[in-house]
Amino acid sequence: MRVAVIGAGAVGSSVAELAADYGHTVTGYADSQSAAVDADGIDVQATVDRKATDGIVGDDDPADAVSGPYDVLVEATPTTLGDAQPGFGHVETALERDRHVVLANKGPVAERYGDVRALERESAGTVLFEATVGGAMPVLSTIADFDPEHITAVRGVLNGTANFILSRMGGEGLGYEHVLAEAQDLGVAEADPTFDVDGTDAALKGVIVANVLSEAGEEYTLEDADVEGIQDIDGSALDLAAEDGRTVRLIAEVVEGEVRVGPRLVPEHAPLAPTGTRNIVQLETEHAGLLNISGRGAGGPETASAVLADVGRLPEL
Amino acid sequence: MSDSTDEVRAYTVRLELVDEPGALLNALEPIADNGGNLLSIFHERGNLTPRGHIPVEVDLEATPERFEGIVDALREAGVNVIQAGAERYSEALTIVLSGHLINTDLSDTVSRIQEATDATVTDLSLSAPEGTEDASSARIRLATEQDAAAGALATVREVAAEKDLRVIEPLAAGGDL
Repeated sequence: MRVAVIGAGAVGSSVAELAADYGHTVTGYADSQSAAVDADGIDVQATVDRKATDGIVGDDDPADAVSGPYDVLVEATPTTLGDAQPGFGHVETALERDRHVVLANKGPVAERYGDVRALERESAGTVLFEATVGGAMPVLSTIADFDPEHITAVRGVLNGTANFILSRMGGEGLGYEHVLAEAQDLGVAEADPTFDVDGTDAALKGVIVANVLSEAGEEYTLEDADVEGIQDIDGSALDLAAEDGRTVRLIAEVVEGEVRVGPRLVPEHAPLAPTGTRNIVQLETEHAGLLNISGRGAGGPETASAVLADVGRLPEL
Repeated sequence: MSDSTDEVRAYTVRLELVDEPGALLNALEPIADNGGNLLSIFHERGNLTPRGHIPVEVDLEATPERFEGIVDALREAGVNVIQAGAERYSEALTIVLSGHLINTDLSDTVSRIQEATDATVTDLSLSAPEGTEDASSARIRLATEQDAAAGALATVREVAAEKDLRVIEPLAAGGDL
């Protein structure tokens, strides 16, 4: 397939770099300021190098990449809330042109799911978004395979930064601020970790799962989620949990049409208490008990592998 | 992906012990030896059953299969098992409260939770590393009747919100996933 990658951050650049490995050709690559477009395939290495040295990926306009030659548009710009722009606009343009869309950006499917599905219905293209929930882990495709109707609940640790902080606090008896600073030094937490520690990132993923599970076609947005973060959680709470063979994890839960995110007590050795940045999702199924999917929930190549798996699932146009 | 039908669950076992040295140890050994994880022991010393024995309530975690083995082993060891598992208080609920627990009257918090929910607080641990004036945390274990755990949790949330306390809930009310 011919792939245009919009967004040149960790995920976008990894998709561009790995696409050839999966048998695809990158015909467009754009960041917010510039683009490289070539119907025969761009020189990916040259554009990645140019981004590193000159700060631009090419001499074309980003809009040219969105309206350029491709079968699949990969939307990997940063997640935005509310109107989900500019990501939503890119999805709209691609679908109106009867092209496929693969999202790594959570905004359009967390905040405007109904609009995305309505555009998809009018288009010959298909929208897939495996990478938006749990990075490399095949969460949405497993839900689709099992059939959402036969899944009664989904629970998971969906933010590696928050999980790292809680598992360090629990394991070492360290305070929140101390561990957060350490996480930033290690590159596990961003300079502004707000969305990771206040539960927003995990909630967006929960909302996306709720949208996929919704049988009645009810639409969810971030506003519908009940969200509590882990900021300033007291070390004494983790100590008390540990005395009782338990620990605390930031868990996103989608049960009976409700999305809840917050710190929860879980048995210390339970599947839902992974350590470090590892993510896990537990599906409660109607006929098959519990099913756990764990792995790396973030990272450039990891998330790109989920994007490219989606590209491989798409039908020929 | 992994299958997990051998999920660990919480159980409450009520035992009757004779009042003699070593009786408690004799009752706990079969639990540990058969793969049970002891969570709490409520030893009602001073309180006698009609037969003159001492009632002991033990909370433990085990897989369903191991739990059966534990009950068998207890009986083999001559321990009188009154209730095993889901009967009187079939659901156990552990929560952690954080905040200014002492200043907001912890005993009032506990009694309001008990009164409003018909639940029993079976265990309470307090951690106040900075002294009683500062923020502290308490782990509270509630025993509730079947299907009453969700209601108990709602009351806990309500009382906590009123006193500006933070609640760390168990994952699913009544279930130990």
